[in-house]
Amino acid sequence: MVEVDSDLAARRAPAAVDELALLAPVAAARGAIELRGLTKRYGEEAVVDAIALSIAPGEFFSLLGPSGSGKTTTLMMVAGFVQPDGGAVLLDGEDLAAVPPQKRGFGMVFQNYAIFPHLSVFENIAFPLRARRWANGAVAERVSWALDLVRLGRFGDRHTHQLSGGQQQRVALARAIVFHPPVVLMDEPLGALDKNLRFEMQVEIKEIQQRLGMTVLYVTHDQEEAMSMSDRIAILNRGRIDQVGPPGEVYERPANPFVGRFLGEANLIEGTIAPQFGDGTRLVLPSGHELRAPSGSRRSDGGRGMLFIRPERVEITAGANAAGDVRQNMLAGTIRRCSFLGNILRYAVDVDGLAPITVDIQNAVRVAPLPVGALVVLRWPVAESLILPAEP
Amino acid sequence: MRRWAAFLLRLYVAAACVCLLAPILIVVILAFSGEGYLHFPPASLSLQWFARFFGDLQWQHALMSSLLIGAIACLVSTTVGFFAAYAFLRAEFRGKKLLLSLMLTPIIVPSIITAIAMYYLAGRLGLIGNFLWLGLCHAVIAMPIVLLILLAALHAVDPNLERAALGLGGSRLRVFYRIVLPLALPGILSAALFAFLASFDELLISLFLAGVRAQTLPVRIWNSLNLQVEPTIAAVSAFLIGVTTLILAADGILRHRRGRRRQTAG
Amino acid sequence: MTGSIASPWTGSPAAAKAPRDPTPLLLLPGIAMLVLMFLVPMVLFFVRTFMEFQGGTAAFLAQARSLLFSQPYLTALATTNWIALIVTLAVLLVGYPIAYYLTTATGPSFSLVVLSIVLPYFTSIIVRTFSWMVLLGEHGLVNDTLRAIGVISEPLPLMYNRLGVLIGMSYVLLPYMVLTLYAAMRGIDTSLVRAAEGLGASGFYTFRRVYFPLSLHGVLSGALIVYILSIGYFITPALMGGQHDIMVAMLIDRELEVAVDWPSAALMSLSLLVVTLALYAIYYRVTDVRRLIGAR
Repeated sequence: MVEVDSDLAARRAPAAVDELALLAPVAAARGAIELRGLTKRYGEEAVVDAIALSIAPGEFFSLLGPSGSGKTTTLMMVAGFVQPDGGAVLLDGEDLAAVPPQKRGFGMVFQNYAIFPHLSVFENIAFPLRARRWANGAVAERVSWALDLVRLGRFGDRHTHQLSGGQQQRVALARAIVFHPPVVLMDEPLGALDKNLRFEMQVEIKEIQQRLGMTVLYVTHDQEEAMSMSDRIAILNRGRIDQVGPPGEVYERPANPFVGRFLGEANLIEGTIAPQFGDGTRLVLPSGHELRAPSGSRRSDGGRGMLFIRPERVEITAGANAAGDVRQNMLAGTIRRCSFLGNILRYAVDVDGLAPITVDIQNAVRVAPLPVGALVVLRWPVAESLILPAEP
Repeated sequence: MRRWAAFLLRLYVAAACVCLLAPILIVVILAFSGEGYLHFPPASLSLQWFARFFGDLQWQHALMSSLLIGAIACLVSTTVGFFAAYAFLRAEFRGKKLLLSLMLTPIIVPSIITAIAMYYLAGRLGLIGNFLWLGLCHAVIAMPIVLLILLAALHAVDPNLERAALGLGGSRLRVFYRIVLPLALPGILSAALFAFLASFDELLISLFLAGVRAQTLPVRIWNSLNLQVEPTIAAVSAFLIGVTTLILAADGILRHRRGRRRQTAG
Repeated sequence: MTGSIASPWTGSPAAAKAPRDPTPLLLLPGIAMLVLMFLVPMVLFFVRTFMEFQGGTAAFLAQARSLLFSQPYLTALATTNWIALIVTLAVLLVGYPIAYYLTTATGPSFSLVVLSIVLPYFTSIIVRTFSWMVLLGEHGLVNDTLRAIGVISEPLPLMYNRLGVLIGMSYVLLPYMVLTLYAAMRGIDTSLVRAAEGLGASGFYTFRRVYFPLSLHGVLSGALIVYILSIGYFITPALMGGQHDIMVAMLIDRELEVAVDWPSAALMSLSLLVVTLALYAIYYRVTDVRRLIGAR
């Protein structure tokens, strides 16, 4: 990697060929994180319960979950600030249990930035380099590279209280990557920023990550953030991982209702799973009406299940009757409410015997919204339906 | 609150403040009295009593003793207290609350008992009149105050700053020296000031352990009071009050700077 | 659960291999100082003087009994507690409005009142006592002023008696009460008072039924602290008290200085210490529990 060469060049004069040869294969494999059965207990409760993950080098991996799900605790165990009660953290196959935080070589970005208030921007970013005893000239060069990377080129002499929140966060970022760590840990770094700034920073962080090729372990409770930035997402629920996968997969095919609801608006229609015949699975609703899903959908024991479909997949047409279609699920109902959300129109539709169904229509064409009380028919493809285990 | 009730309250508090400050102010004024006896208000003003204070060999020796012992107490209690406060706030171990209560007992136990117990030990070890030993005893008394101030000061330092510094590769020593110490400095200075003051003003232990050689200012005042109340005492007292006021002012400034710095961090 | 991720880990707990945190070692100097220069002298003082007592345990117990039930000691005990009680009440009554005022004051008024509390608090006790001697003496300021205006013809005995002790000790202990009360009162939610008044309650009624009960834990803490400090007091009573106002601390000192009777001094010290520690334990429980309840 080009970065490795500039690393060496900055630190010493002509690099010995042997050193380069030694480092090259290691550099290529740097940054693989593995968690095996990682556990942390506070009292009786397991805050993190036997978490197992494999993160590839250069991957942008998010830990997503509500507050209290154990994601920050997991990150702290990877960083080495919290001792696990069980399991292990491995970096490129090496168990980090005996390695204190200052020797693990990870970059870290905290939610409250943790910028040193008594040091200038330059000295903040220079800190990890000075800790590694770099020469002054090399420090200056590398810090100015980092400042340019986060677009704070002329801010070196400023003091931290002169910076805005977004600028402080960028200093924190620059500080975390200035020494080219193989892995960067981020704990909800954008939580304190307002919405527009957050999106801007998301793009910036992702670009920097791709340019430098480092592994990122990113903790957040914001599902949009996780989906837009990550290669893979792990959803945490009360200390356990409910699902791991790329954003598309986790969004379209959640493993359970919790994941389904967490990643966006979801319709979960409860019913009883009827005995299978031919292709697919049937879900019988309390009203007697049947919905279908492709075969292979997950289902729980005891015969109860929930049919999952995203609001944006549901078609809504006015009228009481509509032609049946064997490839589509259909429900009839009345409009309960219509909300205007800017880019979408969101309908809540009452269907006999069920919780209201949410339907999202894109605001692409300016149409008059359907009035409250109107009779409508809802339709969506069977192929996109998913049967999930019912909630206990 | 009703108008008249609020007014009465203000009046009451004002009167209380006068009563609280009057004795101190009176002593200061008396110190400048031109008379030969303690009469308030003094008919004339002069610096004679201060001259007597600073010119008298015994008073000067007492002043030097107080300063030396105060310095020892200040240095020892602040250093030891800082390490203890840091350990309390950053380390994980059992019995924190109990240990903290134990370390606060020197201010709870009646000072007469502490003084006598220390006197007993010092007598056995032949350390009566020993400056260093008296300084250390004062440090023990000053420790709880130092501990309380430093616990508050260190508590205000964001632990994430230390974690960030550690994670970025700083050794524990570097983190301590470059991050923790500079940020805790105003608190440390405050604690040092109050430790010094605690020793400077301390009477009972000094009374028992000073012997002849290590008499501090308060001890000399006590001895003088028991003999004859003369105005030189007023001058010495005014001096002590001046020191106290200076230290309180310095602490006020430090606290102002502490508050400002906290606002700007993150 | 989700099969694709789980890889069973049957290794030993990671905690066993983790590096030990050296930070708790920083406590050693502090603990060493506490033990060597505070606990050891205490223990030595009590143990050795009891051991040095000639005559064995039975005689010792007899001596103890006679001492602790002797007239001078019991009188001193009564005097001490009585004075401590009066001082606590006085300081509470005087200090409560001041603390309340502090919660409502701002800016310069606040600073001025705080200064009036804090400056005496940090001034050497000997200086404070001396200043009161100047004020309350036969030819002191108070008497001279009163005589000048003609209120009295003979000087009032304000010094070297119980009144002098009470005034002196109250002055010294007032800051403790005010600061404790203030800390507690700051936590009282003023919207509760406003709600009561909005519901039609008069000022006094609101105070009696809403505000005062809420401030009660502060009152208790302050009272306990002041009481604990009062019973151990030596300097102020010694300087400002009269022949008949012997407090326990003075008695201890007298045994030591005058009679050079170490065992008696040790015995009385022990009893004083036990009472002090017991009260402190109560104080500790009260404030801890209250903090859980009263904290918002």
